[in-house]
Amino acid sequence: MNPARRRRILLIALEAGVPLAVLAGWWVWSVGADSFYFPALPTILTTFADTWLFERVGSDVVPSLARLAAGFGIAVVAGVAIGTALGLSPVARRVAGPLVEFGRAVPPPALLPFGMLVLGVGDAMKVFVIAVVCLWPVLLNTVDGVRGVDPTMLDTARVYGIGGLERLRRIVWPSALPQVFAGMRTSLSLALILMVISEMVASTEGIGYFVLESQRSFAIAEMWSGIVLLGVLGYLLNAALALLERRVLRWHRAALASALR
Amino acid sequence: MAHALRTRRGLGRWAQTWAGVATVLVLAELASRTGLLPQRYFPPVTEMFTALFAALGEPWFWLATGQTLQGWVLGLGIAALLAVPAGMLLGTSVVRYRAFRAVIEFLRPIPSVALVPLAILVYGAGLESKVFLAVFAAFWPLLIQTLYGMQDVDPVAVDTARAFRLTRAERITRVVLPGAVPYVATGLRISSSVALILAVTAELVIGSPGLGREINAARVGGAADLLYALIIVTGLIGWGLNSMFAAAERRVLHWHPSQRGAR
Repeated sequence: MNPARRRRILLIALEAGVPLAVLAGWWVWSVGADSFYFPALPTILTTFADTWLFERVGSDVVPSLARLAAGFGIAVVAGVAIGTALGLSPVARRVAGPLVEFGRAVPPPALLPFGMLVLGVGDAMKVFVIAVVCLWPVLLNTVDGVRGVDPTMLDTARVYGIGGLERLRRIVWPSALPQVFAGMRTSLSLALILMVISEMVASTEGIGYFVLESQRSFAIAEMWSGIVLLGVLGYLLNAALALLERRVLRWHRAALASALR
Repeated sequence: MAHALRTRRGLGRWAQTWAGVATVLVLAELASRTGLLPQRYFPPVTEMFTALFAALGEPWFWLATGQTLQGWVLGLGIAALLAVPAGMLLGTSVVRYRAFRAVIEFLRPIPSVALVPLAILVYGAGLESKVFLAVFAAFWPLLIQTLYGMQDVDPVAVDTARAFRLTRAERITRVVLPGAVPYVATGLRISSSVALILAVTAELVIGSPGLGREINAARVGGAADLLYALIIVTGLIGWGLNSMFAAAERRVLHWHPSQRGAR
């Protein structure tokens, strides 16, 4: 075997081996430690299977994810719409500038008491808070993306008499799309965080509620199973968005590759 | 003549910048005064600012602000002490990077707030919980940024260093590290706002002392004007910290191409 190939195999083995070793280490340590706060990993896993597969999926996971999807969806649509308007008009950008700067600087959880005061503790409040918080990264990235459109393309469009919605659809949005996706990635992790906090502060169902309630009743293994579930959800949501981005932006990567050739 | 024109244009821009803020404030005030928005939920803007100025004279306000900032600075500081060396260690070796890549990619997307119950359990409701959550959340952006920075080195610079027979250690300190500084600076700015978010979250959810707890207390006590005043304060703190880091970045990195055109 040539050395380069041996090295590649070694690297792959390392990449798979280290996570397995970490898991095995946790397993052995937690079984031996018999700690109250850190139950044995096998216990957590059986509790995970008992709790989440699939008994609580309908009552807790689906409502949580539905609120997340609604808030995130509203934020993306509103963020792209407002961001496009601000990106195209320097005057609008200056007028809205300080408001946007302030809005994105407010730490998101500080909006929860505001939402609870105005909208109560129902779904509307949670969706509203998720949407407001997720709005800023999408909006700011859209503004940057729209401002970064190649001026030659815009001039060409003008020469050919392409304007209005057609110009947005064919030139502005496609070239801003990579930036929009960057904003969506940031927003998605914020959405997950706000989903959990809003359920911890004001809810009677949802994953966040379940985790905090388990801790309060000292059901430690249940609490850990919820934490594991949130970790898995975070990973899967990120992976799903990355996959979508890869599909949607395939032309963009191809264009980049040809530019580099 | 040209000068006067320029000042007038500058003035126009300045007016545009603040016209938006003024319009929103005036509209909110009118909507509340006329009863278009229920006053119980949306007090007039003037009352919010009255409450804000009244709070500025109270010791509890400054104590709470200090406690929030304490959580922020400890969280960000500890995260930086852990994440930057870890990123440097992983970024300087392909073997180490590949060994830990999967672990990082799995731990990073865990929403930090999922650890709230664990923090309460292990550290109680005080400062430690707040700092633990802030450190966990602020660690990842810094680690990732440092890693990227160490890997994104100009290959020509490295080859040049090799041609001049710099040793590996010299190449790292003279070429790789300076190249990574802008990335670390960006990481610090991101992590700073993340640490502030988690500090406020801990105060709100766990009840650690600080501005977040005061906001919730204002809501429970029905003091809507104070609630808005405190939200405005947290926004101003967030904005202030962000501008501070952006300004520091420009000063420290004035030599770097990314900053040269910015001014």
